[in-house]
Amino acid sequence: MRPSLKATGRARRRLLTNRASELTAALAAFGAVAVLAIVVIDVIQKAVPALNIDLFTQVQATFGESGGGIENAIVGSAIVVGVAAAAAIPIGVMVAIYVSEFAHEQVRRYVRLALDVLNGVPSIVIGIFAYGLLVTGSGQAAWKGSFALAVIMLPIVARTTIEILGLVPNALREASVALGVAKWRTVLFVILPTVRGGILTGSTLAVARAAGETAPLLFTTSIFLNSVVTDPRQAVDTLPFTIFVYSEAADTNLNQQAWAAAFILMAFVLVTSLSARFLLFRSERKIRGR
Amino acid sequence: MEASSLPAPERALDTRRRRDRYGDVALKWITGLAAAGSVGLIGLIIYKVVDGARPALSHIGISFLWGRTWDAVSNHFGALDFIFGTLYTTFWAVLIGGPISIAIGLFLSELAPRGVRGVIGSLVEMLAAIPSVVLGLWGILVLGPVVHDQFGPWLNTIFGWTPFFSSKPISGSSVFTAILVLTIMMTPITASISRDLFAQVPADIKEGAYGLGLTRWEMMRGVLLPYTRGGLISAVLLGGGRAVGEAIAVTQVIGATTHGLALNTFLTGDTLASRIAEQYQGATSFLQVGSLFFLGVILLVMSLVVNFTAQIIVRRYAIERAH
Repeated sequence: MRPSLKATGRARRRLLTNRASELTAALAAFGAVAVLAIVVIDVIQKAVPALNIDLFTQVQATFGESGGGIENAIVGSAIVVGVAAAAAIPIGVMVAIYVSEFAHEQVRRYVRLALDVLNGVPSIVIGIFAYGLLVTGSGQAAWKGSFALAVIMLPIVARTTIEILGLVPNALREASVALGVAKWRTVLFVILPTVRGGILTGSTLAVARAAGETAPLLFTTSIFLNSVVTDPRQAVDTLPFTIFVYSEAADTNLNQQAWAAAFILMAFVLVTSLSARFLLFRSERKIRGR
Repeated sequence: MEASSLPAPERALDTRRRRDRYGDVALKWITGLAAAGSVGLIGLIIYKVVDGARPALSHIGISFLWGRTWDAVSNHFGALDFIFGTLYTTFWAVLIGGPISIAIGLFLSELAPRGVRGVIGSLVEMLAAIPSVVLGLWGILVLGPVVHDQFGPWLNTIFGWTPFFSSKPISGSSVFTAILVLTIMMTPITASISRDLFAQVPADIKEGAYGLGLTRWEMMRGVLLPYTRGGLISAVLLGGGRAVGEAIAVTQVIGATTHGLALNTFLTGDTLASRIAEQYQGATSFLQVGSLFFLGVILLVMSLVVNFTAQIIVRRYAIERAH
């Protein structure tokens, strides 16, 4: 009689355990994807009925009335995030240049640790920090919200730029020095142009992150006029703040607009972070390919 | 030698050299200043938050930590309920999200077919990109009613004998809803770190394990998990750090009223971060603002401890690996 090749006893139990564990892991992964799909589909479904031209061209309607829009929140978000990016991106890139081109090993490690710690500070704490530093005594303003957002963006820009600078082959630096080019020229005109893509990635990621932050804005730019404000010295409405307030409103009209605002914000954030991934992929390939 | 006594081409070279020397020094100092500034920023944050807490520190003192009331009318403030709320919600989020994240990491690095690996990995990371306020909106208007109508009664019927589900939820806003939202937020972070950890395990020891006849699960349990243990602990810690610090989404779904140190997850609650966020416009008295800053100090200390521990573990683990 030929012995059967079918696993029995211990071997069978091992195979079954293996199957079960593989299935569990796959379920976990698909669960996460399902949650993403559910959230995105819910937002789209509930936002579509509320999407109209008024949303982009009007400010909040007086209480109880239907209609109205969130134009001031869209404009305000653009201003707050724009000012924050204008401050955080250059400084973040400078930090990265110092860390990868000038600093000693020991200093390098401390700055990187500092950036990690900064990245781990809860955004609400950064909110009250900005409140204590800038708002107490002089009132709220859009640029004070930008300051808080810039604190959040700085470590993101710096860390991505440091990583991409680490990919630049040393031969490039050596070639430049061998030609008698000064270090500062090497850094600014040889190294930096090579990592343009990486810097763009870090900046895009940081903008995506900052655009969705609410906590730092609560204490810095939450009391504003119900009109379109473009002056960063005044407090402005923002998309995340509008969603935050409207989500808890008892008025279903405002709930609807919260969904519409969430849709706009989410579309912006997802599209920017997707393009950041694409940019990173392309620039890494470009640098490695050299 | 005087620069002016040189012939013209050499003089040009000399100015250029001098300019380059200044350029080098200037770039080094400007960028160094930015780096020093970002290190100093942490100091400034700590100083300003502690400074803001001074009224509460001098009036209430250290007993703020175990004070149980938060009453703006009689001006009595204490933090214990919120500290408990933060620890309790984070505990559950880590307990549920930790194993799920590690399982996702294993799936993405070992089990998923090559074609879908990148796609599913990116989708999991997209989950982390959803703004917390959007997740909170979804939590309050979609997840909340489901918790109230389905999960609540169901869990209460089956597990009503445990202290965790001892009543049916009164509304969709509850500690339970907050835990679910926090789990969704921490999972992608921990999952993508653990995937990267598993990918770093050298192929030869994995192949060695398969060569001995181990199944995939036995290889993962016997080789991957022990090999990456330190990194996994810090991955979970970093995810937990996110849960500790999350303010907005929790504020939207947790209900903003504490029930002391209740273990029942279907009651409303509050955390350090959400209490600060709720009072963004309500804080009027000097002492109340100081107390909010005091909550901020506690939150800052908690998240610094979590992050430092994670960093130290990663470093020690990296050194062990090097030997």
